[in-house]
Amino acid sequence: MRSNNYKFVQKEVIPQQPPPLLQAGITGWLWKNLFSSMSNFSSISAAFQSIIMIVLTFVLLYFCGGQLYSLIDFALISAVWSDPEVLKRGSCTTVDQGGSLPSGWSGACWPFIYAKKKLLIYGRYPAEELWRVNLVYLTLFLGIGYTLFEGAKGRQWTGLAMLTIFPLFALILLTGANFNISWSTNLLLLGMSILLIFLGELTRRNFLGNIISELASLFYISGVTLFLIFIAALLLSIDYGLSYVETSDWGGLLVTLVVAITGIVASLPLGIILALGRRSNMPIARTISTIFIEFWRGIPLITVLFASSVLLPLFLPDGVDFNKLLRALIGVMLFSAAYMAEVVRGGLQAMPRGQFEGASAVGLSYFQSMRLIILPQALTHVIPGIVNTFIGLFKDTTLVLIIGLFDLLGQAQSTIADAYWSSPAQAPTAYLAVGIMFFVFCFGMSRYSMFMERKLSRGHK
Amino acid sequence: MTKDEEKEIDQSKMTISEEVVIKVEQMNKWFGHFHVLRDINLIVNKGERIVICGPSGSGKSTLIRCINRLEEHQKGLIEVNGVELNDDVKKIDKIRSEVGMVFQSFNLFPHLSALENCSLAPIWVRKLPKKEADDLAMKYLEIVKIPEQALKYPGQLSGGQQQRVAIARALCMEPKIMLFDEPTSALDPEMIKEVLDTMIDLAQGGMTMLVVTHEMGFARKVANRVIFMDEGQIVEQNNPNDFFNNPQSDRTKLFLSQILDH
Repeated sequence: MRSNNYKFVQKEVIPQQPPPLLQAGITGWLWKNLFSSMSNFSSISAAFQSIIMIVLTFVLLYFCGGQLYSLIDFALISAVWSDPEVLKRGSCTTVDQGGSLPSGWSGACWPFIYAKKKLLIYGRYPAEELWRVNLVYLTLFLGIGYTLFEGAKGRQWTGLAMLTIFPLFALILLTGANFNISWSTNLLLLGMSILLIFLGELTRRNFLGNIISELASLFYISGVTLFLIFIAALLLSIDYGLSYVETSDWGGLLVTLVVAITGIVASLPLGIILALGRRSNMPIARTISTIFIEFWRGIPLITVLFASSVLLPLFLPDGVDFNKLLRALIGVMLFSAAYMAEVVRGGLQAMPRGQFEGASAVGLSYFQSMRLIILPQALTHVIPGIVNTFIGLFKDTTLVLIIGLFDLLGQAQSTIADAYWSSPAQAPTAYLAVGIMFFVFCFGMSRYSMFMERKLSRGHK
Repeated sequence: MTKDEEKEIDQSKMTISEEVVIKVEQMNKWFGHFHVLRDINLIVNKGERIVICGPSGSGKSTLIRCINRLEEHQKGLIEVNGVELNDDVKKIDKIRSEVGMVFQSFNLFPHLSALENCSLAPIWVRKLPKKEADDLAMKYLEIVKIPEQALKYPGQLSGGQQQRVAIARALCMEPKIMLFDEPTSALDPEMIKEVLDTMIDLAQGGMTMLVVTHEMGFARKVANRVIFMDEGQIVEQNNPNDFFNNPQSDRTKLFLSQILDH
């Protein structure tokens, strides 16, 4: 028998009551986050702590507030926004410095950035050919925007086109194509691809004896890849009537985006292959992957870039000359792939053994279980690390300046040397503008990754 | 299985044919220097329900994991459906698609819904069109009695439901043999019954089953043979009645007294 005489047994349902004032709402938030650490006077030591917190809070407020105000004042309030009389440096200098502004003035000189916008966005790309760059920019932003847009129709196909057709399209437009690719090279590519696809077919039908079936798909994949390269080579050797633009004329945002996007797009698949290789049971694949990763992680990016532009030509036979931008691109790609490989490997390590066993128990092959079961989960787990690497890579592109390529930062620095705009505000304004542009890209990547994390985590909760 | 009505069992439905589906001969396996399976010999006919029991570390899980080659054996011979297990990857994939496996920790794919968990292998291994694979998955989710959970993710299901999805996932490959590796050990007591009932249904459908379990009630009712393993060897095998009432070896007696008396 259950007894109802105890005091702790409730006889009726207690209705819901509002929480204490200091627990919920705005007051609750303020209390919890701001004042709770400075209002405890229950003992001498607690009171002492509270007083220190109050003093520190005011000191920090004073300094941070002051800094923030100075920045806003410099960038917005005191800044010069237009230069209607085309005074150039005169519009951004004080009376003492030979300009028109009152002495003691300090602020950003935005007309300077506006005047240099072409240089910052396109570099020294010929003015009459700018539509080509604009078209590439437009396709890029529309394509990426559409692919990332939740619920857009056929976004996976857009994404695929952005990864396959777009690079070729951009390459043709930006350089002007009409490359001199010899027929022997083309024939070699075609022959190799047909041979590999043929080998794949033979392997699949077991004509070549009992070779493991994975080899067939490997033959197929490399055959198809070579065939695509052959098509690309054909397309690149056509004369589209576009004038040739040297890559040394590219600059500013164009170089930054080309280097960063190439690195980002290439690093993920390469990194996944390297990570799988490093965890493979096959000693040769494992050793090669490990050596590759440790080699590229062991040297600084600056060294890679220097080596690609100074050392590499020494080893190449006479007459063979790689484009400088292309060499930098390859260096950045391999470098970031090594970093990405370790991030992906972290995700693979975190996968429980049961997932591998579950996948093989239903009969999935190694590649199938990796593609369908392991990688989707492992990559989701390491999105923060992947985006971290992307952002790091995006900012590391500024290092290409040291091999004579003018990225956004390099181009901004070069504009500072312009004597027509010489003023104390010139350099800070240029750096501020570059900083803002970098921040927009990196912050965008960061926010999108947070969105992806939330979206993909649904199955794991 | 304390409350509710006991599941009816119709012995006549569970027929055993002469056809040999698993043959293990003089099989040995080592983990490093540890000799985990020693001279295992086992013949399984089509339609048999074999329960394997024994103390932990006796090699019973390793034995059934060897049968679909989640573990490699180093000596001896294992034949499944007349195909010998060796390093040939193609053969192993084929055998795995004919042998279903259910794990202690379910091993469902957390990023896929229950339905996708079930239809994945039919689509990619049996190359069925998606529509057909989905119908097949639904059919087996109905057989394990959770069609209404089809669109939920494993994380949203209870342990018993997850294990039933795992059984449906294995059944979707329409296997000839089902291996169960302690399917109820990770479950709350009240969920054990729903999983065991599903397994009983399966047995009545004529499935060949090898079950590693400590559920002696299940062994009594469903098994036609009980195998007792200790220290990597098969110590005793008998029909359930004689196994429980008249054990031969001392180790079996000790084991049974320990698990039945508590």
